Amino acid sequence: MLNSEGRGPWGGRGSGGSGGNGSGGGGGDDGPKNPWSQPPRKRPSGGQGAPTALDELLKRSKSQWGGGGGRGPDLPTFGGRPIWFWAIILLVVLWVFFTSFHLVGPQERGVLTRFGNYVGTYQPGPNFSFPAPIDRVQIIDVDNIRTIDIGGGGENAENRVLTGDQNIVDLAYQIRWNIKEPQNYLFQIVNPEETIREVAESAMRAVIARVTLDDAIGAGRGEIEQRVQALMQELLDGYGAGVLVQGVAIEEADPPSAVEESFRRVSAAQQTAQTYLNNARAYAQQLTARAQGESAAFTRVYEEYRLAPEVTRRRMYYETMERILGSVNITIVEADGVTPYLPLPEVQRRVRQQATPVPEAGDTQ
Amino acid sequence: MSIVRRFARNPIAYAVLGVVILVTALSSFSIVPETRQAVVVYLGEPVRIVNRYEPGEPFGSGSAGLMAHIPFAEQVVWIDRRIQSVEMERQQVLSTDQLRLQVDAFARYRIVDPLQMYISARTEERVSEALRPILASSLRNELGRRPFAALLSPERGQVMDNIQESLNLAARQYGAEIVDVRIKRADLPEGQPLESAYRRMRSAREQEALTIEAQGAKQAQIIRAEADAEAARTYAEAFGADPDFYDFYRAMESYRTTFGIDRPAGPDDGEAAIVMSPDNEYLRQFRGQR
Repeated sequence: MLNSEGRGPWGGRGSGGSGGNGSGGGGGDDGPKNPWSQPPRKRPSGGQGAPTALDELLKRSKSQWGGGGGRGPDLPTFGGRPIWFWAIILLVVLWVFFTSFHLVGPQERGVLTRFGNYVGTYQPGPNFSFPAPIDRVQIIDVDNIRTIDIGGGGENAENRVLTGDQNIVDLAYQIRWNIKEPQNYLFQIVNPEETIREVAESAMRAVIARVTLDDAIGAGRGEIEQRVQALMQELLDGYGAGVLVQGVAIEEADPPSAVEESFRRVSAAQQTAQTYLNNARAYAQQLTARAQGESAAFTRVYEEYRLAPEVTRRRMYYETMERILGSVNITIVEADGVTPYLPLPEVQRRVRQQATPVPEAGDTQ
Repeated sequence: MSIVRRFARNPIAYAVLGVVILVTALSSFSIVPETRQAVVVYLGEPVRIVNRYEPGEPFGSGSAGLMAHIPFAEQVVWIDRRIQSVEMERQQVLSTDQLRLQVDAFARYRIVDPLQMYISARTEERVSEALRPILASSLRNELGRRPFAALLSPERGQVMDNIQESLNLAARQYGAEIVDVRIKRADLPEGQPLESAYRRMRSAREQEALTIEAQGAKQAQIIRAEADAEAARTYAEAFGADPDFYDFYRAMESYRTTFGIDRPAGPDDGEAAIVMSPDNEYLRQFRGQR
C-alpha cells in the first residue's frame, strides 16, 4: 500500500544481500557479494572429505560467538545488546547505503522521483539520494541506439504500402532511435516503443503516399528516409515522448512478388534496347570506316591518275581484264552482227552430270 | 525500562498494537507517481483529485508525491496520466469512386478529467472500448466522402482534423482528450481489388518494356541512317572530284567482284564462260587495229 508501484529497484537486492550478511554476522564487510554463493559451486569439483570454505567459516563463527555449544534459549549478546539488534542496524545501514548511492554510467541518466514526484535527473557519475522508500532512481540508458524493424519478416509477409500513383511497394525498413529526455520517456506515454513503431508505420505510409512507385523503389529513397524521419520526430515531439529519431533506413523497397516478373521484363527490355543501340553503333562504325577507307583509296589512285590519265586508265583496264579473263572460259564469236544460240545452261548441266554419276545410277535401278 | 523489556512482558498486545498503527499509517498515505492521477473517493463519493494532468506543465511541478488521506474511509482510484492508445480494428472503407480500401488507424488520448472518467467509465479499458467504435465510424464517414486518390494521403487535407474533432466530442464525455488520430496502414483488400491493382501494375510495366524496346529500335535505326548518310557524304566528297574516273574505277572494281576474283568462293559457283565479240575493246590490239 505504501509503495504503490510495488517494485523498488533496490528493494529486492538490498534486503536480500543484507539479510544474508546479517545472519552470518562476521561476513558483513564483504558488501553485497554473498559469501555463501561460492561453496556450492566449488564443492562438486573438490574432494569429498576436504573442508570447504563454508565449513571453515561456520567453525570460525561458532568459536567467535562464545563457545561451540552455546545454542541455549538466550541469544548471544555482543557489546551488551542482543545480536538481532546489531543485525537490524546493519541491515538498515546497508539498505540506506545501497538505496541512496547511485552510480550513473556515462551513457546513462538517473531519473529521481521523491515519493513518486519527479525531482530531477542525475548526470553520469556518483550520485546520492535519500534512501529507498523516499527517493527512487530509475537509471535509463539514453545514448544506446535502439532499433525497430518493420517489414521484411518472411517470404509471405509482405509489408505492402500504397504509393501516390496507386501502385504497391513492398517495404522493409529500420528505425534507429534513442532517448532524448528520460523523464518524458518514462512518464509521458504508456508504451513508448509500441508508439514509436506505430508512428513509424504511419509516417512511412504518409510519405510513400506522396511519391511515385519509381521514386520509392529507385532514386527517391534517400529523400523518403529523411522525410519519414522528420515527420516521425514531429509527431513524437507532439506527444512529448522524449525520443530522438536518429534515422530511418529503407532496407528493401521492391515491387510485390506478384508483379516482379513484369518488372524484370522492363529491365530485360532495357537490355534489349541497349543491344539494338550497340549493334547499330557497330554497323555505323563499320560503314563509316569502310567509306573512309574506300574514299581514301580512290583519292590516292585518283591523284596518280591525274598525273597521267590516259596511261593509268589503260593500265588499270588491262590489269583488270587480265585477271578476269585469265580465270574464265572465253568464247570469241567471229560472225559480225549474228547472235548464235549457245546452249550454255545445257553445257553446264552436262558437266555436272559427268562430275556426279552416282545419283544417276541410283535412279536407273 | 527499555522497549525490549517492556515488549518481553506483554509481547502479543504490543505486537497487535504495532501492527494496527503500522496498517493505519500505511493506509493513510499513498505515493502518487508521475504516471498516475488519483481520485480520492470518500465513502463512494469522489472528493478530490491529486496530480491531475495540466497541459504544458513540466514533470515535478504537479502534485505527484506523498498524499495523505483518511484511512479506510477514503479510497484511492488510480487513473493513468500518460498518453494512451486506442487501436481500431481493420476497417473497409468505400471511396466515392467505389474503390475499397482497408484502413488501420489509431488514436492517442489522455485522460484530462479523471473525475469525469471515473464517473462515466471507471477504467481505462472501458474508455478505449468506448472510443474504438466511434473512431471506426467517424473514419468511415469521413473517408467515404472522398475519392480514392485522396484516401491515400488523408493527412494532407481536412480529413484527419474532422475525425479528431468528432472523436474528441465523444472522448470528452469520458474525460479524455484526443491527442492525435493517424492512419497506420491503408491497403487494398485481398482478392479482386489487389489482383486488379497487380494487373494494372503489370500492364503498365509491360507497356514500359515495349516502349523501351521500340525506343531502342528507333534510336538504332537513326544511328544506322546517320552512318549511311555520313558514308554517302564521304563517298561523294571523294568521288565527286572526278565522276568520270569514278565510273571507270568503280566499274573495274565491280568486274573483279562479279567475275569471281575478289569474291570469296561459294558452293554454287559454276565455271564462268564469257562470250566476246571480236569488236570488244579488249581485243582491239588483238585484231591489229589501231
